[in-house]
Amino acid sequence: MGTETVHALRGVSFDIHNGEFVTIMGTSGSGKSTMLNILGCMDRPTSGHYILDGEHTEKLKRDALAKIRSQKIGFVFQSYNLLSRTSAIENVELPLLYNPAISAAERHHRAVEALKRVGLEGRMNHLPNQLSGGQQQRVAIARALVNDPVVILADEATGNLDTRTSYEIMMIFQELNRQGKTIAFVTHEPDIATFSSRTITLRDGLVKKDVINTSVQDAKAALEALPPPEVFDEE
Amino acid sequence: MSIFTLVKIAVRALFRNRMRTFLSVLGIVIGVAAVITMVAMGEGSKKSIKEQMTAMGTNAITIMPNQSRRGGVQMDASSSTETLEEEDVIALRKEATYIDAVSPLISVGGQAIVGNNNSPTSLSGVSADYLKIRNYEIADGVMFDDEADRMAKVCVIGQTVVKNLFPDTDPIGKTIRYKSIPLKVIGTLKTKGSGDFGQDQDDVIFTPYQTVMKRFGSTIKIRQVLANSIGEGYAEKATEEIMGILKERRNWTKPTDPFRVFTQEEMIQMVTSTSDMLSLVLTAIAGISLLVGGIGIMNIMYVSVTERTKEIGLRMAIGARGRDILLQFLIESILISLLGGAIGIGIGIAASEIVKNVMNWPMSVSVTSIVVSFGVCFATGVFFGWYPARKASRLDPIEALRFE
Repeated sequence: MGTETVHALRGVSFDIHNGEFVTIMGTSGSGKSTMLNILGCMDRPTSGHYILDGEHTEKLKRDALAKIRSQKIGFVFQSYNLLSRTSAIENVELPLLYNPAISAAERHHRAVEALKRVGLEGRMNHLPNQLSGGQQQRVAIARALVNDPVVILADEATGNLDTRTSYEIMMIFQELNRQGKTIAFVTHEPDIATFSSRTITLRDGLVKKDVINTSVQDAKAALEALPPPEVFDEE
Repeated sequence: MSIFTLVKIAVRALFRNRMRTFLSVLGIVIGVAAVITMVAMGEGSKKSIKEQMTAMGTNAITIMPNQSRRGGVQMDASSSTETLEEEDVIALRKEATYIDAVSPLISVGGQAIVGNNNSPTSLSGVSADYLKIRNYEIADGVMFDDEADRMAKVCVIGQTVVKNLFPDTDPIGKTIRYKSIPLKVIGTLKTKGSGDFGQDQDDVIFTPYQTVMKRFGSTIKIRQVLANSIGEGYAEKATEEIMGILKERRNWTKPTDPFRVFTQEEMIQMVTSTSDMLSLVLTAIAGISLLVGGIGIMNIMYVSVTERTKEIGLRMAIGARGRDILLQFLIESILISLLGGAIGIGIGIAASEIVKNVMNWPMSVSVTSIVVSFGVCFATGVFFGWYPARKASRLDPIEALRFE
């Protein structure tokens, strides 16, 4: 909240193409969060351009940005951010509430479909506190999917999860990417980055590395390679 | 986002915090119930006063000496320049065309005694016309005659006096003592019930006014003359005529009137304006409790906005505009206040019924007060919900999401 202006990102320039699975890496203070906020149309760059799906966003007003978020972007957060005491299906329906073109029946139908894609069709009426961390994150992914966005933005989406569950979540992301979804995934865990097709590394507000990953790991294989869990299954 | 969806979201949010919602609704419930009951109380007493005054005779006109004022100070009544005289009554009876009855009214306080029984009733010196002006009727016996019973020691008594003095005998022909003067009962009056100010209209003793003036003290003067206009709508003309006759008798040339003449209509206005004032005070007190209820809502909404900062951030991140958030919170506060209003109106009506039936207080629940309280509730919801809702709608989604 100081008065000093800090340029979190300086002269960053890159394209993310349709169908890419990009991880954005960097230590804290590298500009990751600012990058994600701009990509997610929650913030505007002080200068420069951000073109999403052919649309210039840097000049748009608050309401116009909200509309873009509602129709073109799906967010997945580290701490899931589900509404408490609200069922999984209602949480998934939430983004569609802010799109007046979608009827209640359509909303319900889409939410069910989204939950099926993350394998939670049996948990639709559960409340967040009745679900495990992995399941909650899957509800959050379904919520990010439900408006059929052009890009899914994940902010440390596996940060609160153990290795096994992280791989399960990465499995879902890989599956969605295979189905054609563009994904930008912010993380600081190098092993998570190995599941993506490209990694952009930021440092001090600059792009330090931007590499195409030639040997993408398969999350499903990685999961199977893990030693079997010793404790009983969370399901 | 449709209003229906917004209402659904708001209802769900209110349900999630049942206890909190209940408490903030309670503030409004108490406020509205108080307003409804207080207004019903005020309206009820006004209505019953009006009814009683109408029962007393709508055409009655009261003539009193004009109290002289000097520098805004009301002087003692005895310094009044003009007094009413018997001749005034006779002149009015003879000359006035817009009145059909006229009677002096001279009251004397004291006790009526018969044997061991007594009745603390004031004695009214009147003429026979008084019955017509006040809508009294003879039950038994006769009314005295102005000419034949001039200065006669006779009286006509109301049913309360009959009950007090003659519990088990027929009063006609018996004698009562008033200030040691014996008065023979020649008639009794039919029951009339309680009057304008709750006084018992059957607790009366009528005697010829000349009797009072001559036998109860030589200084007694006529302080009041009552008349009856010939019908509704003639009160004004009758008033002018009366004033004209009284002035003419005195060759009155001063710019101020020697007497004050009230019609019953004016009396009703005088009395109801007092009760209007009372209503206003009661309603103002009730209104304050509604204001306190509104502040309660504002407080709750503030807490709610702060507590749900993260939810607001999330909603914004997934596409809610500031307007959507504003409406969500505004509708919540409006729902709280309207719910409180509806319950409050129900309780207010129930309370009014209870007061009416148990305490026998005249109550009149007015439709206006119901409509107005409901409107005020809506306004309270908007007014006190606006600021917190606007605060919510202006949050920055990034900061709101980071809020812990």
